[in-house]
Amino acid sequence: MIQLVAAQTASSFPVLNALIIVPIAGALVVVLLPNSRPELMRPVGAIFASIAAALSLYVMAQFSIHEAGFQFQSIQSWIPSLGINWHVGVDGISLWLVVLTGLITPIVLIAVDPHHDPKPYTAWLLLLQAGSFGAFLALDLFLFFVMFEIVLVPMYMLIGGWGYDDRRYAATKFFLYTMAGSALMLVAIVSVATLSAGNQDITFNVVELAQRQALSTNTARLCFLAFALAFVIKVPIVPVHTWLPDAHTQAPTAGSVVLAAVMLKLGTYGLLRFGLYLFPEASVWAAPTLATLGVIGVVYGAIVATMQKDLKRLVAYSSVAHMGFIVLGIFAFTTQSLEGGVLQMINHGLSTGALFLMVGMLYERRKTRAIEELSGIQSAAPVFAGFFTVVMLSSIGVPGLNGFVGEFLVLIGSYETRRWWTVIAATGVILAALYLLWAYQRVFHGEPTPDDEQTPDLTLKEGLVLAPFIAGIVFLGLYPKPLLERIEPAVDDLISHLEQHSDYVQPDLGAPVVVDENHGSEDDH
Amino acid sequence: MGALQILGFVGPSVNWWALLPQIILLGAALLILLASALAPQRTSTAFTTITTLCSAITSSIVAIGLWNDVKTGGPSSSIASAFGIDGFSIFFTLLILIGLAATALLSHGYLDREGIDPPEFHALLLCSAAGAIVMASANDLIVMFLGLEALSIGIYVMIAMHHRRSEARESAIKYFVLGAFSSAFLLYGIALTYGATGSTNLVHIRNYLDAVVFRDQHLLMAAMALLLVGLSFKVAAAPFHFWAPDVYQGAPSPVTGWMASIAKAAGFAALLRIFFAAFASHDVDWAPIVGVLALITLVVGAVMAILQTDVKRMLAFSSVSHAGYVLVAVHAASAEGTSAALFYLFTYTLMVLGTFAVVGAMGTDDEHPLSRYAGLGHSRPILAIGFTVLLLAQAGIPTTSGFIAKFQVIAAAVNNESYFVAGVAMVTAVIGAFMYLRIVMAMYVTDEEKERTSPTWHWTTSVVVIAAVSFTILIGVVPQLLIEFAEDAVPILIRG
Repeated sequence: MIQLVAAQTASSFPVLNALIIVPIAGALVVVLLPNSRPELMRPVGAIFASIAAALSLYVMAQFSIHEAGFQFQSIQSWIPSLGINWHVGVDGISLWLVVLTGLITPIVLIAVDPHHDPKPYTAWLLLLQAGSFGAFLALDLFLFFVMFEIVLVPMYMLIGGWGYDDRRYAATKFFLYTMAGSALMLVAIVSVATLSAGNQDITFNVVELAQRQALSTNTARLCFLAFALAFVIKVPIVPVHTWLPDAHTQAPTAGSVVLAAVMLKLGTYGLLRFGLYLFPEASVWAAPTLATLGVIGVVYGAIVATMQKDLKRLVAYSSVAHMGFIVLGIFAFTTQSLEGGVLQMINHGLSTGALFLMVGMLYERRKTRAIEELSGIQSAAPVFAGFFTVVMLSSIGVPGLNGFVGEFLVLIGSYETRRWWTVIAATGVILAALYLLWAYQRVFHGEPTPDDEQTPDLTLKEGLVLAPFIAGIVFLGLYPKPLLERIEPAVDDLISHLEQHSDYVQPDLGAPVVVDENHGSEDDH
Repeated sequence: MGALQILGFVGPSVNWWALLPQIILLGAALLILLASALAPQRTSTAFTTITTLCSAITSSIVAIGLWNDVKTGGPSSSIASAFGIDGFSIFFTLLILIGLAATALLSHGYLDREGIDPPEFHALLLCSAAGAIVMASANDLIVMFLGLEALSIGIYVMIAMHHRRSEARESAIKYFVLGAFSSAFLLYGIALTYGATGSTNLVHIRNYLDAVVFRDQHLLMAAMALLLVGLSFKVAAAPFHFWAPDVYQGAPSPVTGWMASIAKAAGFAALLRIFFAAFASHDVDWAPIVGVLALITLVVGAVMAILQTDVKRMLAFSSVSHAGYVLVAVHAASAEGTSAALFYLFTYTLMVLGTFAVVGAMGTDDEHPLSRYAGLGHSRPILAIGFTVLLLAQAGIPTTSGFIAKFQVIAAAVNNESYFVAGVAMVTAVIGAFMYLRIVMAMYVTDEEKERTSPTWHWTTSVVVIAAVSFTILIGVVPQLLIEFAEDAVPILIRG
């Protein structure tokens, strides 16, 4: 059955390659458009981004649910001298991140007006989409590194070109932090490939390297630390998070949305795909430390968010807290916690992406993001306030919305293996309610100043832009099964991989979250 | 000839075909000088540039022919094994010819603008290129030294040619004095090598070192140390780099490009031929020293680069840190490391030529402040994006040739189990990246809208920049061919 599926995907259209190529082609087309027609840039870019989005939805539709391995794989020889292949594939962990990347970019292109230089703006956003697809799909360590680093350039240009006053500092800091993290990762990548080779040909194939597990314990731990450093900075985990508030605050709205929704996920995705999968023993060894850092992030991010005067900075720090939850979930190593972590990546993308979009819309109207200068927006713009409420509640984790499902799964999953960590992290949920509701109260309630009274409400276009976010937030809150049943086989596979290569044993938690009679494919591995 | 035969002297057989690339260049130099002497009015900049370009093209066609000979017939040597004909020498010949063509194109606009006589400049450039080729091909230390001097003397004069600028003369004197100093080191090293091994021929030295176990190898160690110091001056490796920032800043930009690319490449060619090929059996002695040198060079280059405010000085220190990368590859003392070094030098040469093409077009004043680049992203978007690609390539960002080059260097170091060196190399890359990002930010982020000086742009400069940028991206995406070329170009010492 599985072989049949594999055969089918092998012979069919290489959709994952197309996912990466379409936005690049779009960027080239946009660059070639005449400068005299600036109004064409964003629509043309949005068309290409939408084609990529449609392709990502096609991948989602064709994805076979109960299969744990990589699907739609495509391998082409790239640099044979160095054993490097163009190798892409998608599994339950990366599938939803690919869909999220696909959908966010056209929405952002349509929603956010750059005010100047639309051509490079559109081209950079498209390249960012291509690079993010590449990073999530890469199954070759070299290819992953290329994509992981190359996404820095468009984001750097977006912050530098369309950001706010302090953009020079923020863009450079963002670039250097991430580059510093990945510097040692490159050494580790080469070391893993070289040391795993033995008498065989050198390979950067992630699947094969994960199977070989040829490194000695200490080497594997060192390599894991080098990988983890890169991802921990990208997530970001306290204490290497300081680039994030600056980058988010100074970035243009489009940059903030993509940064929060897609690029931060490269960190947590990297920890899952290249941390746990390549270095199972080292992951188990480092799990207490990383889970602790995650929990510190949850509490620290929440406390610092409470104190912020700038609405955008507040959302940025709330990101630190939310990403901490995901890290805890990843390093709790249970089916539920990992599922929750993966789901929370999507949830965070939806809710924080939407929050940044709306803070951007507010800034367009009022030219300020300072909480103390805003008041009583609710009476002037009730629809806007309503949308904001839904997204905010999702970010807090109110039952019925998506945030609750993710956080709940992380907490119950982590409780078995990391009890005290979970107890502390649970306070983060309360703190989230504190800082978000307090900010909401100050900005939307109260007596509007004369300036605030003039705040126009959402336009139809803005409403349509936000609608997919709201739909996603409500849908995933009520019916997360379509996601979870695709995530679960991959997660179970990862945990059995961990159990196989380390002394970790997952405690029995009773019935899995998704009950399904056909659920037996994990036994094959 | 007849008289010599009577005296019983028989000269070594000469493979003229293998020497043709240099002969063409020297012929072109003579042609330019003759033309300028016979018809000074009619020897225009266009004539000299075209002559230089034609000689570079003809010469590279011959070099490609030689490459095929080496591929089919194997490497050989000529003139009593003093001159090697292997993949290595042809690799560098082609690289030097590319550099020659680019420098000729860059100087075209520059010489016109600054009112410098073109014939002398081009004649010196051609001699310098011929010297570099001899240096890269030499199988004998004396011949190598001759090539080095021919390369350097041309550069001394080219730096000083801008006679109205006192900085240019100051640079020339600095480079001359320190160059002479380093030549002295090199010569002393050659003399001690002769003392230790009984020959200046690299083939003989290698065979001797393979066969003989020294009871006391102080002499050889001293020889290696002196050779390394002499060549470190030439490639601007720390702590022998102090001339580089001043000289790079003061020299005319096309000449700076030539020094940063070809003089450095030729220096590394000599280094690789002497140490990797001839002293191969003693790599436990020299490789650790090269490793330390690489570490110092990487750190000094990266840290000093971010402290500069002048763009030419920044790029001078960046060229120091690039030398550090190549030294990391040399330090690996393996065929893999050597081909990584060759790949690095090839890609770096094109990047740096493109970079100095832009720098040269941005202005000729003695100061070259960062503020001159302010707003270039808006006033000249295509130029700015090209320059950005070249700078990011030097920072080692993926999808550029600079990344593939760095990757191979790291791979060579890791294969050699030099994890520490590899780690330091990557960390200094991040420090160095800050400097490139500063330039990029200066182009794209401007605080105030002020009157901008439009760069003085000549179409020949565009050709170089476009070629460099396309090459950098092309090799960054499909590097396989160049990797194979570099793998085939590992030096082989052969007698006869």
